Amino acid sequence: MGRTKIEIKGLNFFYKDKQAIRGLNIEIPENEITAVFGPANSGITTLLRTLNRLSDLIYGTRVEGEILLDGKNIFGADVSVTELRQRVGMVFDVPTPLPMSIYDNIALGHRMAKRPKAQINEKVETALKMAALWDEVKDRLHTPAARLSGGQQQRLCIARVLALEPEVILLDRPCSALDPVSTSKIEESLSRIKDRYTIVIAPHTVQQAGRIAGRAAFMLMGELIEYGDTSDVLTNPKDQRTSDYVTGRFG
Amino acid sequence: MRLDSKTAEKFAKAIIWSAALLVIAVLLAVIIYILAKGVPEISWDFLSQIPRSMGRSGGISSTIIGTLLVTLVAVAVATPFGIGTAFYLTEYTREGKITRVIRFSAESLAGIPSIVYGLFGFIFFVIYLKLGWSILSGGLTLAIMILPTIIRTTEEAILAVPYMYREVGFSLGGTRWQTITRAVFPSALPGIANGIILSIGRCVAETAAVILTAGSALQMPESLFSPARTMAVHFYILAREGISMENAFGTAALLIILIFIINVVFNMLVNRFVAKGR
Repeated sequence: MGRTKIEIKGLNFFYKDKQAIRGLNIEIPENEITAVFGPANSGITTLLRTLNRLSDLIYGTRVEGEILLDGKNIFGADVSVTELRQRVGMVFDVPTPLPMSIYDNIALGHRMAKRPKAQINEKVETALKMAALWDEVKDRLHTPAARLSGGQQQRLCIARVLALEPEVILLDRPCSALDPVSTSKIEESLSRIKDRYTIVIAPHTVQQAGRIAGRAAFMLMGELIEYGDTSDVLTNPKDQRTSDYVTGRFG
Repeated sequence: MRLDSKTAEKFAKAIIWSAALLVIAVLLAVIIYILAKGVPEISWDFLSQIPRSMGRSGGISSTIIGTLLVTLVAVAVATPFGIGTAFYLTEYTREGKITRVIRFSAESLAGIPSIVYGLFGFIFFVIYLKLGWSILSGGLTLAIMILPTIIRTTEEAILAVPYMYREVGFSLGGTRWQTITRAVFPSALPGIANGIILSIGRCVAETAAVILTAGSALQMPESLFSPARTMAVHFYILAREGISMENAFGTAALLIILIFIINVVFNMLVNRFVAKGR
């Protein structure tokens, strides 16, 4: 396991009175894919949304503990949330192109961050290539993104995040609404970029975790049950609950 | 006696159909009647000359300009306040006491008869602020009148924008302002435009509030401080005082045509803006 990119210490997360994450401690390695899996209501989506503080938007939530990104607590008073979100990008479970052109979708983050305009063309192209979408859309960059297929839309969302050149990419069940072919395309592009980005993914199946992730964490009811190399967690789990889940006895 | 369900179905269908047909028939009857009586009165002179001998002869050019200016002032003032309030209510604050108070105020404003706005505008703008009977007084009064409509329609348009758009904006490092202007506003624009068109229609058609605040002067307005007569007021006076039914119908017909043109042009502008994303 390489250098630690994100270190979570004693994380508790509450929606009003309901606790979604319980005493979570985990170290996420740099430039690797880490899969966090488990049944619904395990706190996985909450965890991902806490990592870039998108959870701030929901009224009545409360966080305890620390999340250290490169050793610095993201809840610190001197942290700029917008800068944090540029460093830690997010792809949602439902493909969400905004109602604008493909090009404008990809350029949006860049423009909001007020980065140099002269670079935009190049960044858009690079991002689309990394997301394996360039060849399919290079002739129609200025057509509405909504006209793309579901799989293409999701790769567009990945490219949109990549265009900001983040350090961490969070993916919340990115393939749950996609067909197997689109899913494998997305997995391919994730595998291709994993050497340069720290990726945290909530896979929609245990199999997906096995295919792409180097590290895997199993969560249940807001608690981390088991964490280790994916092959160990999936084929030789130490905890009975992990074993039951990966063998399909529940969930 | 009980109808069997098939007969009941036919019966219900007949009633619903005739209700819908009646609505269309009434609408067409009014429009066709006004246009048939009014359009023959419309000529280049009618459009380009100011009214003479109280409107018995001459044209209605000053009332066309008056209508456009009063409406323009009202919409220009009410739109930013209305849209601002709606965005504040939906995006910048949580549901709570303050939003309830603001919403209740807006809804109460919507329920006030226009003549009451006219009286308020007369006392506040015309007398207290010493703006006199003027386009400005009339426009500001109408602005207050249409504010609730703009707030309400804008709010509905904003709430119809998928919540995910906001999450995308924020997750890409956008500030609240950036997220709203870039991810939410463009999608809400057609709905907002609808509210503005509705408001324009109400301004153009208003008489009571306008007579009390903009006056009923027949000469061509020279500035926003000049008194003016709008087309609606003009044909109200023409018809009410029996000055000239022909010219009243001509004015009414032109008013219908004007509203139609405003609708079409506005829709085209909005569609052109929105088409980029669809």
